[in-house]
Amino acid sequence: MSTSTTAPGGTAAPGQTRDGDGLGEPLDLRRSHSRGFGLGFVVKLILMALINAFGLYGILAAWAAGSWGILAFLVLALVVADLVYFLPTRRLLPAKYLFPGLIFLLVFQIFVVIYTAATAFTNYGDGHNASKDAAITQLTTTYEQRIEGTDAYPVTVLEGEDGLALATVRDGQVLVGTADQPLTPLDGATAADGRIAEAPGYEVLDYGGVVAVAGELSDLRVPVGEQEAEGVLRTDDGRTAYAYEPTLVHDEAADAMVADDGTVYANNGEGAFVGPDGEALRPGWRVFVGLDNFGAIFDPEVLGGPFVAVTLWTFAFAILSVALTFFLGLLLAILFNDEKLRFRNLYRAIIFLPYAFPGFLSILIWAGLLNTDFGFVNEILLGGTAVPWLDNAWMAKLSVVLVNLWLGFPYMFLVTTGALQAIPGELYESAEMDGAGPVRQFRAITLPMLLVAVGPMLIASFAMNFNNFNVIYLLTGGGPQDLESTTGVGGTDILISFVYKIAFAGGNNDYGLASALSILIFIMVAVISALTFRRSKALEEIS
Amino acid sequence: MSTPTTPTPGDRPGDDRSSGTDRAPWAAAAGAPSAGTSNTLQPTDTLRPPGAATGSPRPRRRRRSARGGWKHLAAIAACVFALFPLVYALSASLSASGSLLGSNQLFSDVTGANYTNLLTDPQNPYLTWFGNSMFVSVTTAVGTVLMGAAAAYAFSRFRFRSRKGGLLALLVIQMFPQLLAFVAIFLLLFAISEVYPFMGLNSRLGLVAVYLGGALGANTFLMYGFFNTIPKDLDEAASIDGASHAQIYWTMILPLVTPILVVVGMLSFITSFSDFLLAQIVLQDPEQYTLAVGLYQFVAVQFGENWGVFTAGAILAAIPVVAMFLFLQRFIVSGLTGGAVKG
Repeated sequence: MSTSTTAPGGTAAPGQTRDGDGLGEPLDLRRSHSRGFGLGFVVKLILMALINAFGLYGILAAWAAGSWGILAFLVLALVVADLVYFLPTRRLLPAKYLFPGLIFLLVFQIFVVIYTAATAFTNYGDGHNASKDAAITQLTTTYEQRIEGTDAYPVTVLEGEDGLALATVRDGQVLVGTADQPLTPLDGATAADGRIAEAPGYEVLDYGGVVAVAGELSDLRVPVGEQEAEGVLRTDDGRTAYAYEPTLVHDEAADAMVADDGTVYANNGEGAFVGPDGEALRPGWRVFVGLDNFGAIFDPEVLGGPFVAVTLWTFAFAILSVALTFFLGLLLAILFNDEKLRFRNLYRAIIFLPYAFPGFLSILIWAGLLNTDFGFVNEILLGGTAVPWLDNAWMAKLSVVLVNLWLGFPYMFLVTTGALQAIPGELYESAEMDGAGPVRQFRAITLPMLLVAVGPMLIASFAMNFNNFNVIYLLTGGGPQDLESTTGVGGTDILISFVYKIAFAGGNNDYGLASALSILIFIMVAVISALTFRRSKALEEIS
Repeated sequence: MSTPTTPTPGDRPGDDRSSGTDRAPWAAAAGAPSAGTSNTLQPTDTLRPPGAATGSPRPRRRRRSARGGWKHLAAIAACVFALFPLVYALSASLSASGSLLGSNQLFSDVTGANYTNLLTDPQNPYLTWFGNSMFVSVTTAVGTVLMGAAAAYAFSRFRFRSRKGGLLALLVIQMFPQLLAFVAIFLLLFAISEVYPFMGLNSRLGLVAVYLGGALGANTFLMYGFFNTIPKDLDEAASIDGASHAQIYWTMILPLVTPILVVVGMLSFITSFSDFLLAQIVLQDPEQYTLAVGLYQFVAVQFGENWGVFTAGAILAAIPVVAMFLFLQRFIVSGLTGGAVKG
């Protein structure tokens, strides 16, 4: 605002300016000369320079990292951005305003949804993380044994530019090798007492340094010589290394892993090599598995039982939450709709508080309040009883609904208060004249009018509670856990917390299965929304 | 408003607020913001000074005291229900014992030790978490408002080919909770880490980017309805006087729609402030945690032991949010009735 007063007619606003305006307008010399080079244009240039720098950096980094998908996207996005903001055509005007939001929407909403859908048809997860080649490489390094009859190598761990290296002394000569380079003599290196004292181009790690890189060190394999049969050096303690050879070899013709004892692990077509006894080698790799994940969800032997139970509870939880919060909120709204009630505003302010308090904090506080052994509710309110509020499956269900009632009733109170006040008083007057009592008035006037007004909000509230991860996870963690089930499912788990457990919390992170469940949840929410959506007036908005 | 055609104050659509008080804010119920959206921002009587309705005739007064008693009882019961967990948390945060069990005697032994411990514990950098939360939530709120408003402006003011389709698509996309794609979000950020380490996995900027992905879907429609209530004559007049579209947007439209910007910003702030699931997945290093992740980890490790310090952290974290809520109550209430749901 202030800029526009100091430079009237200039392009005062930050952001996009310059073009598209003033076409076909009467020529106004007073300001035409400044157009295009005002403050706004400068800001725009700076912003676009930053964006281009950011994009170019990303393109180079993606090239270096071999992330071709990201590279292609960045090139495309950058070209489009420059076209949108620099082409002087009026047709691109809406694009100037839509572009920033669209980019984020595209990447973090639309793409992830599509990616979820794609993952749902794979076996992606722990043990099936990477490509087949990566799995074979990992298998050959994992399954290895010391070559019989070879000597121990006293080694020193070095750190060079390309990562860790091992050095050893043989025939008075210092040999250094890395993961990519077999042991070769290094000029200028000195040794003392069998340990390397100095190695040009490398830093000699002391004991502390070795401990710090222990993880990296255990993965280090240094070829002994150019011949593969000589094996690779591997050290566990950073002082002594032994030559190892792989016990599993990939037979490309048969597409199988062959162990040194002749056991053949054949490719089972589902992303793993499986031996004759049915034992699968880990890791496997990622493959398309069709509808297997969906099959597993509905198969009573696998996930079917928990899935049905969790789905039913999810609906029950969402419906109960909406119904209870709505009725308590409505009750209070009717109560406080009496203008003559004293302290009404004080009461309202207090009831507003649970709504204003950040939800995740109040849920955690409730978890403490309801603690069986030490919680305030059992200890003080109930005088030292031990009601298993969160430890018994049914009590825990009751508890999450109660806590959600506490969290949600202020919202319903606010919403219904607004709706109540908007019902014309004449309706009640004429009803009274016709002899309708308070109950009849409530049923015939208040409730229908109210439902029309707050109906969409009830639907929105249902959809939100359907995926109310916080109240479940922070209060009970989905528990108490069902010990008979291997899935880790608990008595209060709703679908989304169940998905979370499958994907991240369990022992086996199964992203494919979790994605398939996500898709099912989406379909449920979408169907419910679509059914109610057709009744809402939102569509009429689009004109 | 430097453009020569600046409307006189009487022309401002915002002034609709003063009229039509008999229409309630919810008239613009969810998804139908245009049904008098300007009304959505009328102050409800929540803010009316107490005692506004006094002066009723004497006979009714007696009736009220006879009948009103149970109302007060019910109201007090509701207030106790609403308040007691918060009062308990305040008491626990001031309790000397610091354990869950020891916090049960309300306000028995008041001390500030928990607060001191909270702020000086190097293992659990509360202030860092607080700063992270503020950074993430404020950046998200600002970004959401900027992008949502720009998109709403485009949909409301320009006529372009894919406009209807775009609006419809947003309505559909809005239905998919971003939360559900958390597996894909995790994998995507993992891939981004290789290109932009500062906004990949385990970075606050990455988390902000994820939240911003939901910016258009969630809010554009709410804003679009509000933008439509600003008469287009204003734009046209300004345009004839030589204002560029950017000038119109930044210096004319945005000030007029401030109320809806406040609502969207607030709700976006609260949603990201309270989000646990995505933050937990994205942020892995205690230095990067937001309050939701940090305080949960903190209290989950030894539930009973850290109780006093946790409640102190909860109270401190809640103060700015509650203050903001109370301060902006008027806007919030209208935004809620416009169909927003607090996350």
